[in-house]
Amino acid sequence: MNAAQQVKFYQVGSLAAGNRLLAPELRSDQSDPDRSNALTCGHRACQGCGEALGARYVLDAAQRASGGNVIAVNATGCLEVFSTPYPETSWQLPWLHSLFGNAPAVASGVAAALRAKGRTDVRVVGQGGDGGTVDIGLGCLSGMFERNDDVLYVCYDNEAYMNTGVQRSGATPPTARTATTQAVGDAPGAPFGQGKSLPLIAMAHEIPYVATATVAGLRDLEAKVHRAMGMRGARYLHVLVPCPLGWGTPSHDTVRIARLAEQSGLFPVFEALDGEVTAVTKIRRRVPVEEYLRPQKRYAHLFTPEVRTDVIARLQRAADRNIARFELAEEVLP
Amino acid sequence: MKEKPFAITLDVGSSLANRTGAWRTERPEYVHRLPPCNGACPAGENIQQWLFHAESGDYESAWRELMRDNPLPAVMGRICYHPCEAACNRVQVDDAVGINAVECFLGDEAIRHGWTLEAPQATSGKRVLVIGSGPAGLSAAYHLRLLGHEVTIREAQDRPGGMMRYGIPRYRLPREVLEAEIDRVLALGIALELGARVDDVLAAQRDGGFDAVFLAVGAGIGRRAYIPAGDSARILDAVTLLGGMEGEGPPLLGRKVAVYGGGNTAMDAARTARRLGATDAVVVYRRTRDRMPAHDEEVTEALEEGVRMKWLSTIKHADGGRITIERMELDETGFPQPTGEFEELDADTVVLALGQDSDLSLVEDVPDLAVDHGTVQVADGLMTGHPGVFAGGDMVPAERTATVAVGHGKKAARHIDAYLRGTSYRPGPKHDPAAFDRLNTWYYADAPASVRPRLELARRVSTFDEVVQGLDESTALFEARRCMSCGNCFECDNCYGVCPDNAITKLGPGKGFAIDLDYCKGCGLCVAECPSGAMDMIPEE
Amino acid sequence: MLKQTEGSRAVAETVAYCRPEVIAAYPISPQTHIVEELSRLVKSGALKPCEYVNVESEFAAMSLCIGASAAGARTYTATASQGLLYMVEALYNASGLGLPIVMTVANRAIGAPINIWNDHSDSMSQRDSGWIQLYARDNQEAADLHPQAFRLAEELSLPVMVCMDGFVLTHAWERIEMPEQAQVDAFLAPYEPRQVLDPDEPVSIGAMVGPEAFTEVRYLAHAKQMQALEAIPDIAREFRQAFGRDSGGLIHPYACEFADTIVVALGSVLGTVCDVVDEMRADGVRIGALGITSFRPFPLEAVRTVLGHARRVVVLERALAVGVGGIVSQNVRTALSGIRLDGHTVVAGLGGRPITKASLHRLFADAVAGRLGHLEFLDLDTALVERELARMAQTRRSGPSAENILRDVGSNR
Repeated sequence: MNAAQQVKFYQVGSLAAGNRLLAPELRSDQSDPDRSNALTCGHRACQGCGEALGARYVLDAAQRASGGNVIAVNATGCLEVFSTPYPETSWQLPWLHSLFGNAPAVASGVAAALRAKGRTDVRVVGQGGDGGTVDIGLGCLSGMFERNDDVLYVCYDNEAYMNTGVQRSGATPPTARTATTQAVGDAPGAPFGQGKSLPLIAMAHEIPYVATATVAGLRDLEAKVHRAMGMRGARYLHVLVPCPLGWGTPSHDTVRIARLAEQSGLFPVFEALDGEVTAVTKIRRRVPVEEYLRPQKRYAHLFTPEVRTDVIARLQRAADRNIARFELAEEVLP
Repeated sequence: MKEKPFAITLDVGSSLANRTGAWRTERPEYVHRLPPCNGACPAGENIQQWLFHAESGDYESAWRELMRDNPLPAVMGRICYHPCEAACNRVQVDDAVGINAVECFLGDEAIRHGWTLEAPQATSGKRVLVIGSGPAGLSAAYHLRLLGHEVTIREAQDRPGGMMRYGIPRYRLPREVLEAEIDRVLALGIALELGARVDDVLAAQRDGGFDAVFLAVGAGIGRRAYIPAGDSARILDAVTLLGGMEGEGPPLLGRKVAVYGGGNTAMDAARTARRLGATDAVVVYRRTRDRMPAHDEEVTEALEEGVRMKWLSTIKHADGGRITIERMELDETGFPQPTGEFEELDADTVVLALGQDSDLSLVEDVPDLAVDHGTVQVADGLMTGHPGVFAGGDMVPAERTATVAVGHGKKAARHIDAYLRGTSYRPGPKHDPAAFDRLNTWYYADAPASVRPRLELARRVSTFDEVVQGLDESTALFEARRCMSCGNCFECDNCYGVCPDNAITKLGPGKGFAIDLDYCKGCGLCVAECPSGAMDMIPEE
Repeated sequence: MLKQTEGSRAVAETVAYCRPEVIAAYPISPQTHIVEELSRLVKSGALKPCEYVNVESEFAAMSLCIGASAAGARTYTATASQGLLYMVEALYNASGLGLPIVMTVANRAIGAPINIWNDHSDSMSQRDSGWIQLYARDNQEAADLHPQAFRLAEELSLPVMVCMDGFVLTHAWERIEMPEQAQVDAFLAPYEPRQVLDPDEPVSIGAMVGPEAFTEVRYLAHAKQMQALEAIPDIAREFRQAFGRDSGGLIHPYACEFADTIVVALGSVLGTVCDVVDEMRADGVRIGALGITSFRPFPLEAVRTVLGHARRVVVLERALAVGVGGIVSQNVRTALSGIRLDGHTVVAGLGGRPITKASLHRLFADAVAGRLGHLEFLDLDTALVERELARMAQTRRSGPSAENILRDVGSNR
């Protein structure tokens, strides 16, 4: 089951952003000519920035879901820097940036204030990159989860500290080249660690809602934002947002790469209620991990000067494990 | 407005002052590419466009779009061999879009609802004579009439339709469908003279005061081959057999029928024989199945109906209810060579389906009109060497299908129109092809083709009821929606959605999109994620 | 209404009268009694509407306050010592964003070695954080400073720290004049934020500011604190009119007219200092005391006016600027720029060591007699540190000093 509403066959169904054949209320928020553009033109994100795209997808949907009553709290990072260099801001909703590691707590504070003031119609979205979320902000995030504060926290995961120049984060996948895990030595790139799945960590808090998504699945992402906004309490959304600069991919490939991450099984897309996985997005056109890795310069050392089949096989095993664990393979109809 | 703390707190949306378009080295643009279906349609239909209307359930607009090129959609939706579907890019995803089935559905819808075209005034003051009421003639007359000319059709037979009536069996084309579409064409104010054979085209032109003539007499003479035969052998040609089906009583064939030839007409003849009661209908063909000119679909349907095939065989002799056939083998060039091995078959009747010729007696005296290998030679604009005399359909060198004929009719009409106005017709430049590799097929929902229902077999061999049936509304709609709109925007909003810089403006239904070059950074995401390949990146100067 | 109560409780109750809408709490001694009492008040419904949030760290506490304040809520928290240091990044952020958060700091030493007792090391380390810092002399003032702190914070859009000595004040029971709710309401109007996160009037708060405007932003922060130099006495005056008590203000001079020697101090030690001053003056010594309530902004003019005519100034430091000596002293010297007098820095009462009248008598007598050096450590066990220094001189690696000293202390017994 896809989280996005399953639409009876309509040329592109719910796969494209819009669809003239669908009733307007069934179209994506992004296809609306009057969408809010929470993050508007003139921001200084790189060409093809997945995070800029993901943030607009999420916040437009959140605004739609709440009648425009959203306050956003942003961790330090690319998203903050490219959107608000004095004297210009690209945000069109109330937005607050405090620090790198405290966005969840700041968001909790906003939520507390709104509750005290009886303004529960106004909803709070906290957001940050993977560094601000899985590393430096994890303490505050865990606290926010544990208290079940009424905040939707969104992590835009581009798998490294991009703002500071592509250094390794706790979300950097094994073997990926970053400025602090360089493609040199016997085991080039990031080491095979234990991994740090923040969605699973979030689920361990048994908060009402946890979901993953990518910028390649707009409708799925929007449906998840809407579902999250329909609930109260701590909610967590983890969105994979490829970074052309850090990943070494052409700017036009941002969506394709996200799609390949999903279709290879390396990035499982699912949602969980109260700590239990309740739905997964099945892989539609499964690809070997190599198809995902090869276009990215951060994995170039896996292919030149020689193809590291051993390492690729290890990554494939990780993908296979995800596919088995989250039951991502499409059921074969009898 | 509150007084905001300096620098720390900013007014929303103020980044609009930062024109990021300056970063760009390439820019996206919307393009139109020629979809393969359109490119392959002999009638030059804008298939993608009429599917576009059909997708939204607006069948009348779809039909009207279709009618811009083809006046006989219900007929073509049945008998066209749909080269569009062979070319369809969707073949590389799952199956081709069932274009032909949707065309049939639209044609039937038009008949059911009585949709008509408004007949324009004959404003040009020019008169055109069309000789022959087959698909080429009807198409030419239709287009000429819509271009404002007065048109007269002369037809040698008693009924209009040409080979659509006299060559194609009813189980493929029910006659009420044919009648309805011909009547609709004629209702535009076209004069039809039946039983009016033209023996001398220039005399007919002169006597009738016609400014131009379009010859579309078809190829209605069955080609005979010499077969040594005894007195009691019953041999007839397929054209006579099929044409005879339109007469008072059906021809008598007997229980065992051999059909000689491997084209579509051979299949029609064999399948007709089965329906007339032949327990054994055998097609004798000198090559193999894969070299048969008959369309695969026709062969399959014939086999389903119990028609037998004798491949690599030629008829050497026929007499007294038996034929002798010689087994052939293909040489290295693929040409059949006799082997000297013979066998005998029972055959009450031998039907020859060895091709057809045109009766060109009417052009014998036309100066500068060239005939070569039994076909009238025409220039690009379908004009013969004689000014004002045009020709098309089966009588000119081309593939002999009804759809090609319809296309000829349209093309001839445009050139005749230009000729009558003293100008020349130049078609607009064709767009570059919408190749499959330009598509991003991820976005198309998975949807295998729907299958047109077939008449049950028992009825197929006992009646002339239509075999291949139409799609119901929901299935036709489904099929139309399988179209990937190759090379042309279908307003899926992907470009608008995936732009990280909000640099695409949605202009509203039917109006498409505009790129805001003030902010477009030239990342190319819109182009990469355009499902239909309707965008290109072009370098900035 | 007079009430026999604990300092923490008096502060908590007074804070509650200020109607904070969001309170973030994380336990650390010795501030815990304050947030415990507030927890009770909120939970019981006595204080409402108010969101009391038990956070997972002081960093989260201050961060939560930042969010709440930016969303327009009157916001309060309390901390001490290590906790204050753990929230340092957020402290600078709160002041940089101009958010009027009020925080009680129950002053306590900073480790290592870990020490839970009172000195001023914690808040003094944050003197440049952009927060206003007010130091309470006693529990009455500690309580009274809170309504004033909210007034000040909200008037200037700046955060305010109310510093009260840990244990000495927080855990001390005494008679305190408690305000009435109506009095506080009359004194402190509902919070009208200067900037607020509001979907009806959206703004972006917390922009990145580059070299082109950063200096101006910092200058404006300074200018706002300069405005506080006027606002603080005004508010104290109004407080006196409303409540009939002298609390707050910039400084508290005590017997400074015609004093040759003036002792400068912050916080609860002033009580002892004034007692000693009284006794010495009874003996004819021309000595006075100057309490500084507002350490940030530092009232340079007011301090200069009081101290400018003295012959010597003794600054009693409750914190040590390791490597140079005094922190308050440096600010006092700035105030006395161009004036020639003897200045003495005395580091006293670190990590909760009692500052006794006897020690102060000795100290002041030495000062008056000209026997005091420029930097002194009150009641320092000189023999002990000299032994350790000798040991350190013998070998570069002599083990952790703290343990050695403890061993020495033990062996002395």
